[in-house]
Amino acid sequence: MTQINSKIPQGPLAQKWSNYKASQKLVNPANKRRLDIIVVGTGLAGASAAASLGELGFNVLNFCIQDSPRRAHSIAAQGGINAAKNYPNDGDSVFRLFYDTIKGGDYRAREANVYRLAEVSNSIIDQCVAQGVPFAREYGGLLDNRSFGGAQVSRTFYAKGQTGQQLLLGAYSALSRQISKGSVKLHTRYEMMDVVVIDGKARGIIARNLRTGRLERFFAHAVVIATGGYGNTFFLSTNAMGSNGSAAMQCFRKGAYFANPCYAQIHPTCIPVHGEFQSKLTLMSESLRNDGRIWVPKKKEDAEAIRAGKMKPTQIPEDERDYYLERRYPAFGNLVPRDVASRAAKERCDAGYGVGATGLAVYLDFSEVINRLGRDVVEARYGNLFQMYYKIVDEDPYTTPMMIYPAIHYTMGGIWVDYECMTSIEGLFAIGEANFSDHGANRLGASALMQGLADGYFVLPYTIQNYLADEIRTPRMSTELPEFAETEGAVQSRIQKIMAIKGNRSVDSIHKQLGLIMWDFVGMSRTKESLQKALDAIIQVKHEFWTNVFIPGESEDLNVELEKALRVSDFIEIGELMARDALHREESCGGHFRLEYQTGDGEALRDDENFSYVACWKYEGDGKEPSLLKEPLIYESVHMQQRNYK
Amino acid sequence: MEKTIHITLKIWRQKGPQAKGAFETYQLNDISTDSSFLEMLDILNEKLISEKKETIVFDHDCREGICGMCSLYINGHPHGPDEDVTTCQLHMRKFKDGETIIVEPWRSRGFPVIKDLMVDRSAFDKIIQAGGFVSVTTGGVPDANAIPISKEKADEAMDAASCIGCGACVAACKNGSAMLFVAAKVSQLALLPQGKIEASRRAKAMVTKMDELGFGNCTNTGACESECPKNVSISHIARLNREFLKAKLKD
Repeated sequence: MTQINSKIPQGPLAQKWSNYKASQKLVNPANKRRLDIIVVGTGLAGASAAASLGELGFNVLNFCIQDSPRRAHSIAAQGGINAAKNYPNDGDSVFRLFYDTIKGGDYRAREANVYRLAEVSNSIIDQCVAQGVPFAREYGGLLDNRSFGGAQVSRTFYAKGQTGQQLLLGAYSALSRQISKGSVKLHTRYEMMDVVVIDGKARGIIARNLRTGRLERFFAHAVVIATGGYGNTFFLSTNAMGSNGSAAMQCFRKGAYFANPCYAQIHPTCIPVHGEFQSKLTLMSESLRNDGRIWVPKKKEDAEAIRAGKMKPTQIPEDERDYYLERRYPAFGNLVPRDVASRAAKERCDAGYGVGATGLAVYLDFSEVINRLGRDVVEARYGNLFQMYYKIVDEDPYTTPMMIYPAIHYTMGGIWVDYECMTSIEGLFAIGEANFSDHGANRLGASALMQGLADGYFVLPYTIQNYLADEIRTPRMSTELPEFAETEGAVQSRIQKIMAIKGNRSVDSIHKQLGLIMWDFVGMSRTKESLQKALDAIIQVKHEFWTNVFIPGESEDLNVELEKALRVSDFIEIGELMARDALHREESCGGHFRLEYQTGDGEALRDDENFSYVACWKYEGDGKEPSLLKEPLIYESVHMQQRNYK
Repeated sequence: MEKTIHITLKIWRQKGPQAKGAFETYQLNDISTDSSFLEMLDILNEKLISEKKETIVFDHDCREGICGMCSLYINGHPHGPDEDVTTCQLHMRKFKDGETIIVEPWRSRGFPVIKDLMVDRSAFDKIIQAGGFVSVTTGGVPDANAIPISKEKADEAMDAASCIGCGACVAACKNGSAMLFVAAKVSQLALLPQGKIEASRRAKAMVTKMDELGFGNCTNTGACESECPKNVSISHIARLNREFLKAKLKD
């Protein structure tokens, strides 16, 4: 049986990263110039990696599907970024950030990776400030912090409600500087179609020029995937319309393991679904839970009256409101982690206490903080979020509570990587949300930005050298090699196969069908039966796609429907993989909640004896079941226990 | 309860950069006023697919008003008639039953049409590449709290930095000037001690690149500010002019 080698360095936890850096191989400046690196994606991970590798002197090729690197969906992250600076003197430390992240991930993340993440977190803040990122400040001129879910300290740095935007623009500016120097060559409106593997090593990609529709070949000594998560498998999610999991699936089909696909994060505070034509869901930042209080009516009659439009939330007196998070989790209150908050909302709505026209919503109420601190303070903290809510819902959250409901937001699972961020294919790396490594079964708020930038600025630029040091004798290869031609040929035939179907269904309609199956059967709570049902239903969707989809226009032209079709064909495969993984994991942990496995009071019940491992799925061929490999999770510094936020 | 409207759309269709474009008229019935403008276009595209026709191409991505990818010149306004929103956040409740809505791409020499409503805004990237950054490399920087920055300066820098690079300012300007876009970046970095060191050099490099790429001059009409979905103020243009002048005096 294949052994999983995670390459975790020896030594005590706190010294592993220093030891690694002290003994790793490096590439000298003259050789760096002769080595090419492809970075796919320009979000926080991709842009920071491409910029940093370019600064080091490597020859970088950077790709994105949008018209500019600045459009990547990291831009939409609102609330903030964590770091263990302990500026507020409230007891934070590298160990505490590490511990909170491991616990928040429900003891399903790799200790060594998470410790390294916490360790480099402080450098990220220093780097961003040096780039001119306008973080929020106190009147004394120093940086301000706020709290996020799953932590009892204030360690979140923020720039209004636009932290992701500002961090991405910082990375984008560093990237732009390297582009102007010629060390990074940028390809916008290009989409990766496959990875080219030569003698077992990643040696380039086939990409489709989205403006012309033509396939092009690119060689590199190493390939880095930074293409984000696969939340759009659910059709409706907080991800951007173009966010997709296709690069991950291309790597999977070439032999890279896909780890923990069933760990998907459902964010508790999103604007509820309002109609069939809806194209995406909008997040309301977790930072709102610093001041907003979540409630539903205590009496079912009141909830029913609200749903029927006969009553307003402001008419319900204080003692008739059920602040269910404060009631169930007094220690963390409204700031419990996302998975806990989402399940609690679903529990109340399923029990008949939900509000809004559909009954699938709960209130997020700011009246208490507005009375206590005044409207101006609330406006300064959350003004842009309140405005966004008003523009979408047409209700003023200063005078009536917001309505929120959970939605798919982030995927903790992803391409399996070792400690060096290298996948199971040599020379193929994965960073940011695209890999699986740091968040276990649930990610804490404000930690995605931290991980993306940690990987791109401070981890990959080191670890990739340990690989490339052995490649200095490898000359640039011709893209006329048979492996490039074969890979391009396979992509071309997949495209032609889709174009030739000429059925009657639009891509979106099939994607929506898949999304509903995922939400109903592979969503917030899963059972053996629901997952088996999902697997059967996904097979039908797959059949429908490959026999009845219709793509107008030509393949060698700008063709948005074809782009979507290629992505949806992969979402179908990911959906299947998610259901299969969720079915095999007979326990509840973090974002993966199996109704059969819960404690007496409805909390997730882990089975550490049997499931304390990373599930790595290996592709075995088209139409065949993937095989399962296990990377055991060994905890040396943290004692595993049931998560308790009470 | 859900309200619906009937609308007529006149939409610019253009097969490619060199092709001759024209308006085409479409009728859409029973559009929910709760749907967004782009969701309405999704519905139209769904209808076109059912008729086996090519869909209307338009740029969009995050659909929450922050990525800056969506554009569209709607009834004579970049991002349409609503205030302080991008097209993706514009909702159909802003239109009347029976209304005719005219949809065009950004029209500017700096942004050539690629197809239908999609334009090429790579000129903005080139302007940033010319100098829209602080020249620091990864690592070796001081502690984040080593240099205090007054809250006022930090907040003003943040207001400038909220530019999403959508190009509405250029589309709104009769001269096709990119001054507001350039000023937002120059101003953000000039306000902060980290960026101040290169402020004049940056201003000169970015303005020179803007001119070179065929954007027009600023004649202070203020159209850019009033159409900016993020309310970026033209006061930043004054700061850009100061930095530019300083650079010129040094020459």
